[in-house]
Amino acid sequence: MSVNHTLAQYSNWAYTSAVAIYVLSMVFYLAEQAFGRRRATAAAPARQLVAAGAGGPAESTATPPAPPVSRPGERSMPERLGRMGIALTVLGVLVHLMSIVLRGLSVHRWPLGNMYEFMSFVCLIAMGAWLIMLRRFEIRRIGAFVLVPVVLLMFLGGTVLYTQAEPVVPALQSYWLVIHVTVVSTASGILLVPGVASLMYLLRNAHDRNPARFARLGPKLPGVDTLDRLAYRMTIFGFPLFTFGVICGAIWAESAWGRYWGWDPKETTAFVAWVVYAGYLHARATAGWRGGRAAVINVIGFAVMIFNLFFVNLVITGLHSYAGVG
Amino acid sequence: MTSIVDDRPAAGAKDPEPPRQSPARAALAFLRNTWRGLTAMRTALILLFLLALGAVPGAMLPQWPLNQPKTQQYITSHGWWGTLLNKLQFFSVFSSVWFSAVYVLLFVSLVGCLLPRTLDYGKQLFAKPVLTPRNLARLPHHSKSTVDGDPADVLAAARHELRGWRLVERAEADGSRSISAERGYLRETGNLVFHFALLGLIVAFALGKMFSYTGQVIVLANGSQFCDSGVLNYDSFTPGLEVDGTQLDPWCVRVNGFTASYQPTGQPAAYSANIDYQSGDDLSSDTWRPYDLKVNSPLRTAGDRVYLIGHGYAPQFTVTYPNGQTRTGLTQWKPDDQTTDLSEGATKFADPPGVTNPAELKQQQLAVTGLFAPTALFDGDVITSTYPALDNPAASIFVYQGDLGSDAGSQSIFAIDQGMVDSGQLKKVGQANLTPGQSVTLSDGTKVRFDLVQPWVSLQVSHDPTQDYVLLFAILLLLGLITSLVIKRRRLWVRAGPSDDGPPRAGGGSGRTVVEIGGLARTDQAGYGEEFVTLSARLLAAARTAARSSAGKDTT
Repeated sequence: MSVNHTLAQYSNWAYTSAVAIYVLSMVFYLAEQAFGRRRATAAAPARQLVAAGAGGPAESTATPPAPPVSRPGERSMPERLGRMGIALTVLGVLVHLMSIVLRGLSVHRWPLGNMYEFMSFVCLIAMGAWLIMLRRFEIRRIGAFVLVPVVLLMFLGGTVLYTQAEPVVPALQSYWLVIHVTVVSTASGILLVPGVASLMYLLRNAHDRNPARFARLGPKLPGVDTLDRLAYRMTIFGFPLFTFGVICGAIWAESAWGRYWGWDPKETTAFVAWVVYAGYLHARATAGWRGGRAAVINVIGFAVMIFNLFFVNLVITGLHSYAGVG
Repeated sequence: MTSIVDDRPAAGAKDPEPPRQSPARAALAFLRNTWRGLTAMRTALILLFLLALGAVPGAMLPQWPLNQPKTQQYITSHGWWGTLLNKLQFFSVFSSVWFSAVYVLLFVSLVGCLLPRTLDYGKQLFAKPVLTPRNLARLPHHSKSTVDGDPADVLAAARHELRGWRLVERAEADGSRSISAERGYLRETGNLVFHFALLGLIVAFALGKMFSYTGQVIVLANGSQFCDSGVLNYDSFTPGLEVDGTQLDPWCVRVNGFTASYQPTGQPAAYSANIDYQSGDDLSSDTWRPYDLKVNSPLRTAGDRVYLIGHGYAPQFTVTYPNGQTRTGLTQWKPDDQTTDLSEGATKFADPPGVTNPAELKQQQLAVTGLFAPTALFDGDVITSTYPALDNPAASIFVYQGDLGSDAGSQSIFAIDQGMVDSGQLKKVGQANLTPGQSVTLSDGTKVRFDLVQPWVSLQVSHDPTQDYVLLFAILLLLGLITSLVIKRRRLWVRAGPSDDGPPRAGGGSGRTVVEIGGLARTDQAGYGEEFVTLSARLLAAARTAARSSAGKDTT
């Protein structure tokens, strides 16, 4: 099967556009951060309750408590910037999705055959997951921080890891590619958001204990409870999915490499990540470990996942390093 | 879930909660339990952390079982540091003493945690939901309202709404009645399934390591056979701890041919080996069954799996000695370049015809070494390969004569003994670039002819009797995990008592009922707020409907 270069070209353009849109939306979020007044402390929980109680599209229906500067019923400039940021993120996700679909169409296969495609998919899932969570949690103000790793990953994916559209080697010609890699990258994308949330939790927590620390940023972050719940909710969704992905990988490894588990660097790091996330769930159920310590563990899990995405494929030689680079 | 009706007054109710102890003993028990719980969980957490930390060098450092040359090179190039790490077993992390110690401890901690929990769980299975707290308003979630109708109607409606909850209805001392309801028992079930499946998985994994083996063998794809009849048939064999190699399951494969297709870039598109195999009864009846062996689709027979893991080329050379006798050598050469299959190797002729005297033999042995290119490109005399398919095969060979040094012990089949060359016992006597059919004549009249090229395949045989159990436990583990994370434990109490407000009715009382609902989340507290609001609204709505229909009239 030959590669459709026109579609591949369109896919690349869509990818670049998506990165540009993400960067732009990050600018809008940051503008909201920078110019937004510190939220009145009383207003925040009230708003949160409304959003949580409505469950659905709270974002559009709930009337936000009017910030001091604006007339009633009218949104302040920073808030409008933040909302524009969300709109841009949605646009970015759509263009990003288009890039992946076009890539798949151009090579007539599932578009998860190399590191570039894998990274792109992970980022799409992360952004999609974040948008969904945005409907349930008042977390717009960490938008820029979620976008930082995503934009970085996509930039590296588009430059260092970029691979021409081409068919995959025989070892990857299996329906397990679709199952294993899709599940694992979905889980990785989902787990990326709680990693950022836990990091923000630690900042906010430090600020709450000592207002002098992160004095400018701290008050603008969502409350510790929101961040903790967000991290936990997404982790308990991402963790079983990740487990499923690893099991699928083991099943595939059994038929491709002759053993279901061989302590290949990628497998080992996946094991480390799994143990760390298991530790997070246990910590969250252990008195004295909830909150800060659990958040630290979650951040470590996030770091291991990123390490697994990158380092293991790029630097260490193993069975997973055929991914089209180096 | 079962629902139990308990009509006895609450004060005298025989409850599964532990009997009241003296304060001192209770405090002691509480401290002991707390201490136990804390230490157990904290220990487990630290061990988990150590397990993760211990596995890190397994990914960061080269490992003996995975890549021996690279590990050796790493140790050599890191001096005393490499030697120290090697002594501390950092290059075989997953069989090291310290890693084993961590997981054995974790295993013990897990068992120590699971046994009491299983007992508790067994008791809980038959326990009734706890007594309704005296003051429901002190619970995290609470609502109070007054509805028309009798307490009995209200509670009947509530029971109906609380289908799926385990509940018990009790009469209370002040004349009101209450329902204690609890749900989410499956959470603990899932939790226990997860942990027991984890134990099972570890045990099955360990047993697999003991009773499994893998072996590799290169078979020429020209109708050559390989039989799993003994360890010596393999080029390399890695047994588990309890495998001595005498209990192999007999089966045979015959490799009839090998085909590979490539992208124009040289990237492989498909590999396929056309094989026949026989096992079990087919062996005695000599029946061969065909199989298309491919990457990702191993042959599974007689409890073993046969994988196609590699391929390469075997150039065939025929040596015509000065006396007119010939010897033909067909030895696999090793692909050095994975994208172009440029291969190197050594085809050895250790038994020149008509030579029996050992001293003379050591003068007359021959070896053909060099490079083979499936699609050759010559830059001057230097051969390179531009494509992995057999488009323009050629070999650039050196012919060595003398003592191959095969007495000295085992040799690589891919190379000659460089020591013999260095010591002058093996001399280079000719070199040539040949395409199939061409030959070179040495100064003593010996003619070396490059006949043809045949592909070979590298097969891996794996035997692991426990892997199906590992999969089973992995699936149970996943199901248990999902159950334990999705199911939430909730407690709900409904107390209904006659209201003193409102106009008195003929039947006595006011005809109105105070409904108090209290809720407590035992897990995932955060989410119970919304849930409780919806649930209590539903309960009240049901109570009102019930009251209306029982009263037979419409009230507001």
